[in-house]
Amino acid sequence: MRRLRAWFLAPSWTVMLLLFLAPLAIILAYSFESRGTYGGISLPWTAESYQRLADPIYLAILWRSVWIAALSTLVCLLLGFPLALFISRSGNRKNLYLSLVILPFWTSFLIRTYAWMFLLRDTGLINTALEKLGLIHDPLPLLYNDGAVILGLVYSYLPFMVLPLYATLERLDRTLLEASADLGARPWATLAHITVPLCAPGIRAGAILVFIPCLGAYLTPDLLGGGKSVMIGNLIQNQFTTARDWPFGAAISLALMAMVMALLWLFARRTPEGLV
Amino acid sequence: MKSSPFVLELREVSKHYPTHRAVTKLDLEIARGEFFSLLGPSGCGKTTSLRLVAGFEEPTSGEILLNGASIQHLKPYQRNVSTVFQNYALFPHLTVRENIEFGLRRRPQNHIEKRVADVLDLVQLAGKEVRFPSQISGGERQRVALARSLVLTPDVLLLDEPLSALDPNLRKQVRAELKQIQRQVGITFLFVTHDQEEALSMSDRLGVMSGGELQQVGTPEEVYLRPRTRFVASFLGAVNWIDDVGVRPEATRIARAAPNSGIRSHPAKVAHSTFLGNCLHVEARLAGGQQVVAEVSRFIENFNPNESVFVWWRPEDELRFL
Repeated sequence: MRRLRAWFLAPSWTVMLLLFLAPLAIILAYSFESRGTYGGISLPWTAESYQRLADPIYLAILWRSVWIAALSTLVCLLLGFPLALFISRSGNRKNLYLSLVILPFWTSFLIRTYAWMFLLRDTGLINTALEKLGLIHDPLPLLYNDGAVILGLVYSYLPFMVLPLYATLERLDRTLLEASADLGARPWATLAHITVPLCAPGIRAGAILVFIPCLGAYLTPDLLGGGKSVMIGNLIQNQFTTARDWPFGAAISLALMAMVMALLWLFARRTPEGLV
Repeated sequence: MKSSPFVLELREVSKHYPTHRAVTKLDLEIARGEFFSLLGPSGCGKTTSLRLVAGFEEPTSGEILLNGASIQHLKPYQRNVSTVFQNYALFPHLTVRENIEFGLRRRPQNHIEKRVADVLDLVQLAGKEVRFPSQISGGERQRVALARSLVLTPDVLLLDEPLSALDPNLRKQVRAELKQIQRQVGITFLFVTHDQEEALSMSDRLGVMSGGELQQVGTPEEVYLRPRTRFVASFLGAVNWIDDVGVRPEATRIARAAPNSGIRSHPAKVAHSTFLGNCLHVEARLAGGQQVVAEVSRFIENFNPNESVFVWWRPEDELRFL
C-alpha cells in the first residue's frame, strides 16, 4: 500500500523537483553571485543584489506594481461579483454563461492583448468611431498609460474572480436569503449582511487568484503600458535582457515570490478553514 | 387597518405551477392568539400555503389578509409575519445574539438590548449569546430560530415542521415547551406538520390538507373523532374498515362471549397479538375476511392465536362520512 502510494506520487514529485524546485535553487544561487560582463553570472558570492532592492527607484516600481495589481483586483471584484450573482441565479442558462466567461481562454493571451491595442490606439476603433461621430476632434489617450494596463489586467483575469465567486454563491443556502427577507431585510441589506459575508471564502480565493498574476504581470504592462508603465515583471525581464544583470533579476524574482508567500500566509491566517 | 376578528384570512387562495397545482382554493380563517396547525402528508400543499403567507411565493389567485388588509402583493420584508424554517436557516457567520438582533436592526427599534435579553430568557438561551450556530445543539438552534422571530412580535408566527430535525426523544419535550411559549407570548402560531400526534397535542384547531385542498378544519377532538372524509380518518390514526364503517382500534373491543344486543358485533378468529408496552394490539380476522386490530389494555387476559372471539364496538364510536 505504501509502495503504491509512493509510485502514484512519483510523477508529481518529479515535476515539482525538476520544473519548480531545481529552477528555484538555481535562481537562489544566481541571486547571490556577481554580474557577468556579457550577461550571465560570475564569482564572487555577494549579497549586493539584495542591497540594491532598497534603492528608491526599485521600491517605487514595486509600489506601482502593488497598487496597479490591487486596483485591478478591486475592479475585478466589483465587476465579477454582480456577474457571478447573476449567473448563479440564471437557472438552466448557468452553463451557457459560464462558458461565455471562459470563452476568451480559447485564443492566445498575446493575441487578445494585441486586439486591445487595436481598439485603444489613436487610430483604433474607439477613437475613430468617436471622431466619425463628431464627439472628439483629437484622439483620446487610451493606450500606453496605467489605465490601459489596468483595463488589460482586469480583462485578462476577470474569469479567475468570477469562477470562485460563482462557486460560493452557487453553494449558498437559499433559505438564508429567505430568512433574511423574512426578518425584514430589504434586498440590499440581505446582500450586505448575508450574501457578501457568506461569500467571503470566494472573495478571498478570487482576490488571490487575480492579485498574484497581476502583481507579476509582464506582457500586459509591456504592450498596453508602453515603455512608461513599468511593473515589477518588466523590471525582472529587463535585468535578464537589456540590463544583463542576472543576479539582480534573480534577487527581484525571489523578493516578489517572498512577498506573495507572505501575503498568502496572511490570508490563510485570517481564514479558519485555510485557503480555499 | 380594518378591524377583523381574524388575524389571518386566506380567501380562495390557489398556487398553480406549470406542472402541478400545489394549492387549490384554500379558505382559512385564523383567530388572534390561536395555535393553528396545517396537517398533511408531504406534497399536500401545506408548506406552499405557509410560503404564500410568508411572501416567498405569490398566489396564482385569491387573497391573503393580515389584520383585514390585503398582503398578497407585499414582499416578505414588508409583512409582519415571521417564519421558523425547517432547517432553522440560522446565519452561520453571526452569533446567537446577532442572529436574534438581525430583524430588530432592520427596522427602527428601541430597547434592543432589553428585548433580546427578554427573549433569551423566554427560550432559555441566556449565556449562549456569543456562541455561533455551529457551536450549539440542535434543540438550542431551534430555540434561536424561534427567538429570532418572536423578538419581532409578528402578527403570525409561521412554523415549518420545526420539530422534524430534532431527535424523537427531544421532540416530545420541545412540543410542550413550544405550546407553553405560545401561551405565554399570546402570538398566533401557524404550524405546519406531517405528524398527526404533534398537530393533535399542540393545536387549538387544525386543518387537514391533501392534494392541495383543505379536507377539514376543526378542533383536535372534532377532526379525530368526527373526520369528514376517509382520508382525514386514516391520516389522523389507524382505522379498521368494517362493512364500510370505520372504527378506531381503541374503540374496537374483543370478547370471548357474544356481547349484548344494541352493540355491533362480529365473530372473528384471533390471528396474533403484539405487545406494545402500554397496550396490546390484538389482530383478528372477521368471518368476511377483513383483518381488524383491537387495542386492549395489557391488564386484560391474553388472547391466543386461532381462538374464536367476538369483535364489537359501540355505534357511537363509528366514524361516519358524508
